[in-house]
Amino acid sequence: MKVLPLRGRVQRDTAEERKSSSPTDVDKVFKALADPTRRGLLDLLHRENGQTLTALCEHMDMTRQAVTQHLQQLEDANLVAVVWQGREKLHYLNPVPLHEIHERWIEKFERSRLGALRDLKKRLEGDDDDKT
Amino acid sequence: MTKPSFVYVTYIATTPEKVWRALVDTNVMRQYWADPTDDDPAHENVSDWKVGSQWEHRRVDDACTVDIVGKVLENIPPRRLVITWARPKDAGEDSKHSRVTFDIEPHGDGLIRLTVTHEDLERDPKMLEGISSGWPKVLSNLKTLLETGRALPRSPSAT
Repeated sequence: MKVLPLRGRVQRDTAEERKSSSPTDVDKVFKALADPTRRGLLDLLHRENGQTLTALCEHMDMTRQAVTQHLQQLEDANLVAVVWQGREKLHYLNPVPLHEIHERWIEKFERSRLGALRDLKKRLEGDDDDKT
Repeated sequence: MTKPSFVYVTYIATTPEKVWRALVDTNVMRQYWADPTDDDPAHENVSDWKVGSQWEHRRVDDACTVDIVGKVLENIPPRRLVITWARPKDAGEDSKHSRVTFDIEPHGDGLIRLTVTHEDLERDPKMLEGISSGWPKVLSNLKTLLETGRALPRSPSAT
């Protein structure tokens, strides 16, 4: 487990801490994904990429501030990329870290067998993807 | 600037110069610009990369099939490369070209941030589908190549 850096320890910036604060940190990706609200935000961006905070809030049953915090965590994990257009901040789904995880843990297994298992599961569960 | 269709970001432990070389040098390009999970052969982007010049996205095979063409709009090594992107049959019709921007920024701690922005893709909805699965693969292959010196292994069916 990684210990979060404490405020008083800023001076003791070890190589390991710098590494842990790098945007490529895979821990951040998993942590960001371990929350249904944040996964929901990624789904919204998958449906329509490049949305503003206001547009995203319309689909979320929580305060604007809470949505902002979730988006910030997704941004820190590099799962959301931000583009400023004039005064509008647009949010984009950035699947590159997910692809890296896919390559590392999934691609090296045999895809065809995994595919067969998935098909079997789908058949048994009546095509319901949500029942996981 | 129109609203981009896609924005892809990756952080790579390398230098801006090495990323730049990977974008314009076919010897580096053919090591990562391939889909290791498909039967597609590797691709390379061929051009003199001068502003106004043509570029071609070619398969690295005997036929050298050209899959994508476009023009070079901006070339600021090692920071920014902007190109247009079209099917070969639409090469002469600028209105059908979409636009790809590569931005390379130093990020500190030996990292660079590479942002790929693809705009105006709504001009070709079918292209949009292919693109959305293609870029993440290309970028994560590039990251692996620059950080480990290894290209990703090709699947057995591709060899």
